[in-house]
Amino acid sequence: MATLEIKNLHVSVAASDDDGGSDGAKEILRGVNLTIKSGEVHAIMGPNGSGKSTLAYSIAGHPKYDVTDGEVLLDGQNVLELSVDERARAGLFLAMQYPVEVPGVSVANFLRTAKTAIDGEAPKLRTWIKDVNAALERVTLDPAFAQRSVNEGFSGGEKKRHEIAQLELLNPKFAVLDETDSGLDIDALKVVSDGVNRYSAQGDRGVLLITHYTRILRYIQPDFVHVFVAGRLAETGGRELADELEASGYDKYVKAAAV
Amino acid sequence: MTVVDNIENVLELDHVESHLHPEPSYDVATHPVPTGMEEIWRFTPLKRLRGLLEGAPSDAHLTWEQQLPEGVTLSEISTEQAQALAVSAPLDRLGALAAANAGGAMLLDVPADLVVDEPIRLTLRGNGASETVWGHVVIRVGLHAKATVLVDHVGSAAYDAFTQVVVSDGAQLDLVTVNDWDDDAVHTEQVNIRVGRDATVRAFEFTLGGDLVRTSTNVDYAGPGGSADLLGVYFADAGQHIEHRLFADHTAPRTRSNVLYKGALQGKGAHTVWIGNVLIRKVAEGIETFEQNDNLVLTDGARADSVPNLEIETGDIAGAGHASTTGRFDDQHLFYLQSRGIPEDEARRLVVHGFFNDIIRRIGIPDVQERLVTAVEHELADV
Ligand SMILES: Nc1ncnc2c1ncn2[C@@H]1O[C@H](COP(=O)(O)OP(=O)(O)OP(=O)(O)O)[C@@H](O)[C@H]1O
Ligand SMILES: [Mg+2]
Repeated sequence: MATLEIKNLHVSVAASDDDGGSDGAKEILRGVNLTIKSGEVHAIMGPNGSGKSTLAYSIAGHPKYDVTDGEVLLDGQNVLELSVDERARAGLFLAMQYPVEVPGVSVANFLRTAKTAIDGEAPKLRTWIKDVNAALERVTLDPAFAQRSVNEGFSGGEKKRHEIAQLELLNPKFAVLDETDSGLDIDALKVVSDGVNRYSAQGDRGVLLITHYTRILRYIQPDFVHVFVAGRLAETGGRELADELEASGYDKYVKAAAV
Repeated sequence: MTVVDNIENVLELDHVESHLHPEPSYDVATHPVPTGMEEIWRFTPLKRLRGLLEGAPSDAHLTWEQQLPEGVTLSEISTEQAQALAVSAPLDRLGALAAANAGGAMLLDVPADLVVDEPIRLTLRGNGASETVWGHVVIRVGLHAKATVLVDHVGSAAYDAFTQVVVSDGAQLDLVTVNDWDDDAVHTEQVNIRVGRDATVRAFEFTLGGDLVRTSTNVDYAGPGGSADLLGVYFADAGQHIEHRLFADHTAPRTRSNVLYKGALQGKGAHTVWIGNVLIRKVAEGIETFEQNDNLVLTDGARADSVPNLEIETGDIAGAGHASTTGRFDDQHLFYLQSRGIPEDEARRLVVHGFFNDIIRRIGIPDVQERLVTAVEHELADV
């Protein structure tokens, strides 16, 4: 049984693209508190620009984000003190909103290197190739994708499905899924949801599902739904909160946050 | 990394008196002694050429070892015989000096219609940095013949060569040159390739070692339908000067050139130069050309110069473009790999391999592929 605790997380970015001075730091996360236990699925929903990806990236350790206060504890250990790869090896996984293309690095090589790093030993060659092919097939990616460069030339939907294949192969303790549902057609959405459900059905894995739309929640049953506005959680509830958001949108919360 | 330039910026219409119109000649006297200010010399540290530009005679040779498949011959020919070949004469003083001082040429001959699957291997070994060596090499691939030629430079010397490559009509040549010199070698070379009608050439160039390496590869076309890929990989360490000059002279219609060079630099004073010249002559209608140079600067104190020049004298081209990128590691690449548990140094290695792999995987000689991957690995161990 594992726990991921986000405590009073404050995160800024260097507001480099403003025409003002480059010294301005812009605060994006303004005190996020959230605890996820293994076995739970948490959905975070919020309007564009509210800081959802910032939360996801900050947990993963993206260098662009500057944590000014707070902690992220994985079973009591503050992962903010770890490098990006150490966090992944500790059991965190981020499925990115915009998966990165890495030219010249084959999917096969990438997956094997990642698996080796995470397990601390190289996977057995024969079963590993089978596992990779099976994982790709489960997300309806042709095994030929293993020979292509990581995400290079993949369609938006293929990139997202590739993220889910990685989730299944690397099998972390906690998965943060940043809008893995956006840009998917209905078939791909089902494929991705099935993957997340398989992962979560193991029972001892936690999911933080970041999404903009309630659509995916028809396929993935969240235990908790959080409304995320202006850099912090504005409301927490169960499934019914998603239904309410579906009906009335974020307006109420955005207005309240603006006061 | 970003594309820093685009085709509009390099259209040099109505502008003929450029360095893209050199006068080919075997006569050394017609090529002025460089001062270092000239467009074609300005990047080269002339002082480090160990007197090659002075052209003092020398009888020293590189030691040649060869593996010649059945039907392929290697022989000595006279300078006059070499000059009579249908390949452009030297375009600069170093090229002319090599031809004049070498006292004859080595001719590698792949006769017409011969298709050799196994690579032809030439190893040219320098016997010491103190030796000045003048080289003249001719590679001739006959009508409709097909061959892969590996020219492997190892050891050390101050070596200046003029190499002529004749790719006859309908022939196919993969020319793989490896510059794997010892640290104190100086190597300058002009490689002039003439691509026959409907002939195909892929010239690979890999430069890893040497104190100074300056090569000029010049391609022109004997007839329509010829195709040339000029592909290169270089890795410069502290103090190394590596300069690759490419010139695709589209002298015939419906010809194609594609230049792709990728380099990595690390260490103080590592300097690389890539010059991509393309000239599309008036007759050269319907041609296609693309040139690209990407540099990965791994540490501070290294410098990559990258200069594409495209000169167009006809209005009718099928496609022309270029791109040049110089950058550090892409943080996004590293972040993505690291977010999957891959440690930073391994992530860097993967990215550099990936960067070069694009070219290395195209070489049709598996052991050379492996050797280059290992060499890159070795270079990276010092980062
Ligand atoms: N370098 C930066 N400089 C200034 N503002 C930035 C920078 N990076 C991000 N931001 C801002 O931070 C805010 C939060 O961005 P983030 O990507 O976390 O939002 P999001 O909730 O994921 O939005 P979306 O639903 O569109 O994915 C946005 O207003 C964004 O413009
Ligand atoms: Mg986002």
